[in-house]
Amino acid sequence: MTSSLTHANDVARQRLNRDVIISVRDLVVGFGDKTIMKGLSLDVYRGEVLGFVGGSGQGKSVLTRAILGLVPTRGGAIRVFGQDRDALAPLERRALEQRWGVLFQNGALFSGLTVKQNIQMPMREMRDISQRLMDELAMLKLELVGLSPDAADKFPSELSGGMVKRAALARALALDPELVFLDEPTSGLDPISAAEFDALIGTLQQTLGLTVFMVTHDLDSLYSICDRVAALAEGRVIAAGPLETLLASDHPWLKAYFHGVRGGRLTAARVEQKDEQWKPAPTTP
Amino acid sequence: MTVAAMQRPPKVARQSSAAGVRLALSGDWTLFASHRLEEEGRRIVEEARLDRMVTIDLSQVSQLDTAGAWLINRARHDLAGRDVAVTLKDVRPEYATLLEEAHYRAFVAPSRPRFNVIFVLLADFGESIVDALREFYRGVGFLGEFVSSMIYVAANPRRFRLTSLVAQIELVGFRSVPIIVLINVLVGGIVAQQGIFQLLKFGASSYTVSLIGILVLRELGVLLTSIMIAGRSGSAITAELGSMKMREEIDALLVMGLSPIEVLIAPRVLGLVISLPILAFLADIAALFGGMVVSWWYGGISPAAFASLLKEAIALHTFLVGIIKAPFMALVIGLIASMDGLATQGSAESLGRQVTSSVVKSIFMVIVMDGLFAVFFAAIDY
Repeated sequence: MTSSLTHANDVARQRLNRDVIISVRDLVVGFGDKTIMKGLSLDVYRGEVLGFVGGSGQGKSVLTRAILGLVPTRGGAIRVFGQDRDALAPLERRALEQRWGVLFQNGALFSGLTVKQNIQMPMREMRDISQRLMDELAMLKLELVGLSPDAADKFPSELSGGMVKRAALARALALDPELVFLDEPTSGLDPISAAEFDALIGTLQQTLGLTVFMVTHDLDSLYSICDRVAALAEGRVIAAGPLETLLASDHPWLKAYFHGVRGGRLTAARVEQKDEQWKPAPTTP
Repeated sequence: MTVAAMQRPPKVARQSSAAGVRLALSGDWTLFASHRLEEEGRRIVEEARLDRMVTIDLSQVSQLDTAGAWLINRARHDLAGRDVAVTLKDVRPEYATLLEEAHYRAFVAPSRPRFNVIFVLLADFGESIVDALREFYRGVGFLGEFVSSMIYVAANPRRFRLTSLVAQIELVGFRSVPIIVLINVLVGGIVAQQGIFQLLKFGASSYTVSLIGILVLRELGVLLTSIMIAGRSGSAITAELGSMKMREEIDALLVMGLSPIEVLIAPRVLGLVISLPILAFLADIAALFGGMVVSWWYGGISPAAFASLLKEAIALHTFLVGIIKAPFMALVIGLIASMDGLATQGSAESLGRQVTSSVVKSIFMVIVMDGLFAVFFAAIDY
């Protein structure tokens, strides 16, 4: 298993010919007497969109939180931008944290601030720029994520679920990070909004040259925007590579995931479309 | 190596030649440079505003982000407004997309109507009075709802949530005992100490005992307990119900056909109504004990003498006057706390505001009630 995994990684590395932006080695994470990550290793390359899949409760969010430093680890090493977060001085750690943006599952917008103030928060705290530029950049980010200008002065409680995700994405992009973590960005969105959101992430990724680490359950997102997919089961990455590699895998969980009732229907539909020389282009909003 | 060391500051260099003016941009045109970036953005305009034809050369730009692209575009827009023709040169394809996405447009802030300060002040004043009246109206309505749901529960005792009530009594009553006893011992002691010192001037220090007895039993015991409980348990009830409201748990109850008053509020308010008299009784004993110890220590009044003096000074009704107030105080605290909790809006700020308002209002109402009772007992000569 491990050798084929390293092989798949090597192939992908050669294919993309890019440097590693996140490197996780033999990570062990646990709570109480329960171990969730049992020696997990994963690489994320610069400029790619990595889809991260796994069963509910397998620890997808825990891995994200461990990389972000929100969960204590018990062993192994996590290097982001080639730096070990734990070995950094507080100031360097802050500098590192400004190079990534995070979209939490429920948005995690500050409820006491308007959308605009939410987006300006990182700029205000971390940069020294004029109010005019902050206003303009906030409006620009709002437009980039497809929100209308009158959403700027609304409070998070006045927004719909899709708008909260977009506003939270705008905040995650406030400082133009190199790396963006998305925790189930399309969950709770209708298929049209979800497709729009996928297209949006694709566009932003290309425009801003982002690296995207995306935890998702949405098979459509995996098909349409992910360069590589990593699958988590039994506390390890059981497979990582282009989607086709995972589709061809014999692992029982992956088979159930991609060829089960729901996954199977979609996979079959996609294969059929490919046979008819139809290119699944992302829908533009 | 720190990130800052890796940064190349953004720069604008002006080069004039026969072919026209060339502005060579270099370095990292990213938000990391903060105000430096803004200044360089302004310098593009300053350097070129008097020319007719300007070429902006991007070949030396090592990094570009939306902020940099936006400032370059804003400068282009400003120059176009001054009739300067601007062309971009050596734009990398990825920068071209970014410059396209961040093309300049004026964002019109939605205008807010402005009012006269005095007008706003008067309007706010009026609004707060109307709000206070509405609040009172809602409070009376809430009390009615509570009473009617209590009558319903009394008619259908099977619907009564005994487990929940017992849990509330433990939380509100049992767990408050240490702090209530502690502060009342201290206050009883302080009253005794002051009484002895002041009454000594008249040689009447033995009257301290009746001072402590009457003051503590009639007023202080129940008042201090109510204020403590308003701060300790009223705030907890508001915060609990408020966060349930924010997470739509209250709505979930409603759509199941359950009444939040019956399920959540009745056990809490009843728990308070049962706990508070017991706590007030303990508070009375604690304060008398504190008074006794200090009287013995400072005033030389032995516990036996204290007991016999106390027996002469107070009667059963002295104690009853205090304890009768307790359930009413509990009702007021519980209802205000519940009502404020349910009035919470979506934001964390609103929850904080509701908890503050609940505690402030409860304490205020407890003191007002105490005053009303004092007037009432005086009128009926009890």
